[in-house]
Amino acid sequence: MATASLTTRRGISPSARLVVLNIASVVGGIALWWYLAEHGFNFPTPPEVVEAAVDLWQKGLLQEDVMASLGRVLSGFLLGTAAAVPTGFLMGWYVVARGIFEPWIQFFRTIPPLALLPLVLVLMGIGETPKIFVIFLAAFLASVISTYQGVVSVDRTLINAARVLGANDWIIFSRVVVPASTPFILVGMRVGLGSAWATLVAAELLAAQAGIGHRMQFAQIYYDLPTIFVGIVLIGVLGLIMDRLLLAAEEKLTGWQERR
Amino acid sequence: MTEQTGTAPRISVRGVRKVFPLKGEEFVALNGVDLEIADNEFVTVVGPSGCGKSTLLNILAGLDSPTSGEALVGGAAVNGPGPERGVIFQQYALFPWLTVRKNVEFGLKTAGVGKAERRERAEHFISLVGLDQFADALPKMLSGGMKQRCAIARAYAVNPEILLMDEPFGALDALTRVKLQEQLLDTWSAEKRTVMFITHDVDEAVILGNRVVVMAARPGRIFEVIDVDLPYPRTEEVRLSPEFSELRNRVWTAVYHQSEPGEH
Repeated sequence: MATASLTTRRGISPSARLVVLNIASVVGGIALWWYLAEHGFNFPTPPEVVEAAVDLWQKGLLQEDVMASLGRVLSGFLLGTAAAVPTGFLMGWYVVARGIFEPWIQFFRTIPPLALLPLVLVLMGIGETPKIFVIFLAAFLASVISTYQGVVSVDRTLINAARVLGANDWIIFSRVVVPASTPFILVGMRVGLGSAWATLVAAELLAAQAGIGHRMQFAQIYYDLPTIFVGIVLIGVLGLIMDRLLLAAEEKLTGWQERR
Repeated sequence: MTEQTGTAPRISVRGVRKVFPLKGEEFVALNGVDLEIADNEFVTVVGPSGCGKSTLLNILAGLDSPTSGEALVGGAAVNGPGPERGVIFQQYALFPWLTVRKNVEFGLKTAGVGKAERRERAEHFISLVGLDQFADALPKMLSGGMKQRCAIARAYAVNPEILLMDEPFGALDALTRVKLQEQLLDTWSAEKRTVMFITHDVDEAVILGNRVVVMAARPGRIFEVIDVDLPYPRTEEVRLSPEFSELRNRVWTAVYHQSEPGEH
C-alpha cells in the first residue's frame, strides 16, 4: 500500500503539482479578498468588480481604454527597442560610440522617466507624443545597456573561430555577435517592457483623456472603488500576458543556450 | 636558391620572439624559436605551462603576431588568419546556436560556396568524424568528445592545408581522449594535412606525431626535437610496444627534467 501511494505521488509531475498549487493559491487569495470585503474592510467584492468590468465593457469604455494604453505602450516600447539595439551594438563594437553615448545613458538611467514628464508635457503639449516619449525612454534605457553588455561579453574564442574560418568583420558581426547577444537583448526587452508598462500607467494617471490609468484617476474622483479594482486587475493581467509572450519568444530564440 | 632539396617546408618559423607586457614588466613568451614543418607532417608540441606553445600556435594562426622574427606558411609571411589554416580550440568554440551541420558549413558559407555543394561537403566530413546521427543536433546535445569531433569536421570542411590544434583533447576524459586520438589519426590518414598539435600529455604527443617538439619555459623556447619513427597506423600494438615506451620516456625526461643538463 505504501509503495502504491508513493508511485501515485510520483505519477504527478513536479510541474503539474506547481500548476495545481498556483491555481489553489489564486483561488484562495480571491476567497480571502471576498471574505475581507464582506467583513469590515471597505473593498468591493469580486462580483462587484466583475459587474463594474461588464458595465465598462458594455459602454465600450473598457475596450477603448485597453486599446489606448496598449497602443501607447507598444509604440513607445517598439520605438525604444528599435533605437536601443543599434545603439547598444555601436557601443559594444566601437570605442568612439561608447565614449559618446555612455555618459548620457548613465545619467538618464538614474532618472525615473516619469520624473521627466513635467518637462516633456511643457515641451510637447498634452497629446500622445509626451506619453509615448517617456515610454520610449523607459524601454530604450533598459534595452540599450543589456544589448551593450551582450556585445562586450561575446566569447572571444567564438570570434577567433569565425576569423580562422575566413569571416570578415561584417560576417563576424552579423553571424556571431548578433546571435550571441540575442539572449541579453531579450532580457533587456523584458525589463524594458515592464518598465514601459509601469511608466505608461503612471503617465496616464497624470495626463490622459483615455487609457486604464485615466479611467482609474477618473474613478477616484467619484469614489468608484470597483472601477479602480478593474483597472488594477487589467494592468496586472495585461502586463503578465505581454511578459509571457516575450518569454515564449525568448525560449524560442535562445533555446540553444546551455543551461546548468 | 636555398639548400632545400625537395619542396619548401609548409611551415617555417624563424627566430620568433614574442614579448607580452606584464605588470609593467616584460614577459618573454617565446625567444629564438626556429621550426620547420614539412608537407603532411604531423608535429606535436609538448611542454610545461608558460612555455609559449599556445602563443606559437596563435602566431601561425594569425591571431597573434611575433614581436620579432617571422612565421611563414607556404613561403609567405603570416598576416592575419586565413582559411588555408584551420584551427581547433581546446574549448571547441562551436557556435551554440547552429546545428552540427550548420557549424560545419560555416566556413563554406563564408567562402561563398553554393548551398548544394556546402551540404555535400559538410555531409562528407560529418560522416568522416562519425557524427551522421547528430547532424541536426545543437551543440548542447553533444558530449565533449562529440563537440570536438564536430570542430574537427568544421576545420576540415574549408579544406585547409594546415591544421593547428591547441590542446584539443585537453578537456576530455582519458578514455574518450584515446578514442579521439585514434579517430584523428584515421581522419588524417584519409585526408592528409600538415598538422601542428599542441598538448601537455606526453603519451598523446608520442602516439600522434612524426616528431615531438619539446618546449621549455622562462623564456619559452624549443628545448629538444625528438623524431618518432613508429609506423602508422598507430595501433594498440604500437601503443604497447617497447619502442613506444622508450620514446615516451625520452620525451618525459625532456619535459620534466629540463633544468638538469641532459646527456643527449
